[in-house]
Amino acid sequence: MKGQIIVTDREGKVHELEAEEGYVLMEIIRDAGLPIEAACGGCAACATCHVYVDQEWITSLNLIEDDEESMLDQTFFLKKNSRLSCQIEYKNNLNGIKLTLAPE
Amino acid sequence: MQIQKTDVVIIGAGPVGLFAVFELGLLNMNTHLIDNLDKIGGQCSELYPEKPIYDIPSRLKISAQELVDDLYNQCKAFNPTIHLKQQAEKLERNKNNEWIITTSTGEEIIAKCIVIAAGAGSFVPRKLPLKNIEKYENISVFYSVRDKKIFKNKNILIAGGGDSALDWAIELSNISNVSIVHRRKEFRAAPDSVKKILELEKNNKIKFYYGNIDSLSGQNGKLDKVTIIHENKKFDIESDYLLPFFGLKMELGPIANWNLKLKDNLIEVDTEKFETSIPSIFSIGDINWYPGKLKLILSGFHEAALMSRECFKYCYPDKKLVFRYTTSSKEIHKKLGV
Ligand SMILES: Cc1cc2nc3c(=O)[nH]c(=O)nc-3n(C[C@H](O)[C@H](O)[C@H](O)COP(=O)(O)OP(=O)(O)OC[C@H]3O[C@@H](n4cnc5c(N)ncnc54)[C@H](O)[C@@H]3O)c2cc1C
Ligand code: FES
Repeated sequence: MKGQIIVTDREGKVHELEAEEGYVLMEIIRDAGLPIEAACGGCAACATCHVYVDQEWITSLNLIEDDEESMLDQTFFLKKNSRLSCQIEYKNNLNGIKLTLAPE
Repeated sequence: MQIQKTDVVIIGAGPVGLFAVFELGLLNMNTHLIDNLDKIGGQCSELYPEKPIYDIPSRLKISAQELVDDLYNQCKAFNPTIHLKQQAEKLERNKNNEWIITTSTGEEIIAKCIVIAAGAGSFVPRKLPLKNIEKYENISVFYSVRDKKIFKNKNILIAGGGDSALDWAIELSNISNVSIVHRRKEFRAAPDSVKKILELEKNNKIKFYYGNIDSLSGQNGKLDKVTIIHENKKFDIESDYLLPFFGLKMELGPIANWNLKLKDNLIEVDTEKFETSIPSIFSIGDINWYPGKLKLILSGFHEAALMSRECFKYCYPDKKLVFRYTTSSKEIHKKLGV
């Protein structure tokens, strides 16, 4: 089953991206050509895949693990709803999830 | 400073730079390695030393640090000179048509060929993304400590919760008034340091604040106070110096100004010699680009082998390059001491 994720870029433009289980959110965003650096390729080692997750979706996500938490320690422009998008696997229950790219 | 001379300077002591020392050594070329970090190993040692890698040929599983240790052991027979904690900054030609490379600490090395194995770029401290931060940098905001005497009896604010933050907080708490600001009261650091910090806090030797840095105020680069934001509330901490420790990030740095043909911040090379748009400058590993490039350690190894054959032609223009296996070449055995 294909679904979608809705991503607001840094200019405020909204993109609806096709999503499929088996990929992490960072990969879906990166492979759609949006400007997300993801320098470490998804290993929770760079924090350049930082996104804000719309409040209403926060509780649907997998919890933050140690690696992600310690990378968030080194991330700027943090908000309560900050996540590293490489640490969230797309699942069908996330169909329609809204994200915003954090500043670089 | 004494000018040093070698056959090949390799920029970047990551896995690919280390293997290049070996491949160049097999063909009788001497090497110098330069790296910004305080240790060899590049991304492997800095970002994921403990993580296992599964796609190094013949190794079912090897931790990134073990790989680096083994690569070093393999290449050390060729005695590379290693320059750590300095960035390769300037590249020029001298009148003998050799390269002179100058590092950020002022070392000069003359070489016939340059190999750029710079990975995703140099590791540099993550800088605070604040307006006017440049005004304070290197006057009252420091990303690394060179001379701790200047902090004596001053108010020091340390930001971050990793090893560097805690180590400096502990060290400076002997001579200064230290406060730490961090987004949570858990620290990702050596258990010993964490224990020590909590003790120091209990004994009022260190203050701890929750939050993130919002803004700085002061005059002529001299800091007065740092404004912290925590759960939408702001407060000020009087500070003479701010030491932010938010880890390292990678950036291409000075290499971008060397007039090499780039593609999206990667260095374009051919796939026969891995030479750049400037003859006798080569590029291997994560930093290079060619159609079909895969950023894998094993690709970098292959690139190092082919690059070395071309370097040989620059270093020994009058000699013939003979292809020999390491299994059977007596000359190679002698060099390796086996
Ligand atoms: C978490 C993680 C997991 C990975 N897993 C795998 C895996 O399973 N298999 C795999 O094949 N690959 C993996 N990789 C990728 C692999 O680590 C890289 O391909 C490899 O490190 C590239 O090696 P390199 O020597 O080209 O560059 P790097 O390891 O990036 O080293 C480059 C070095 O050059 C230095 N440098 C750059 N510019 C300068 C300058 N101007 N002056 C001085 N020094 C400079 C840098 O400081 C750095 O130390 C992984 C990467 C990460 C982050
Ligand atoms: S891609 Fe590096 S932390 Fe997510």
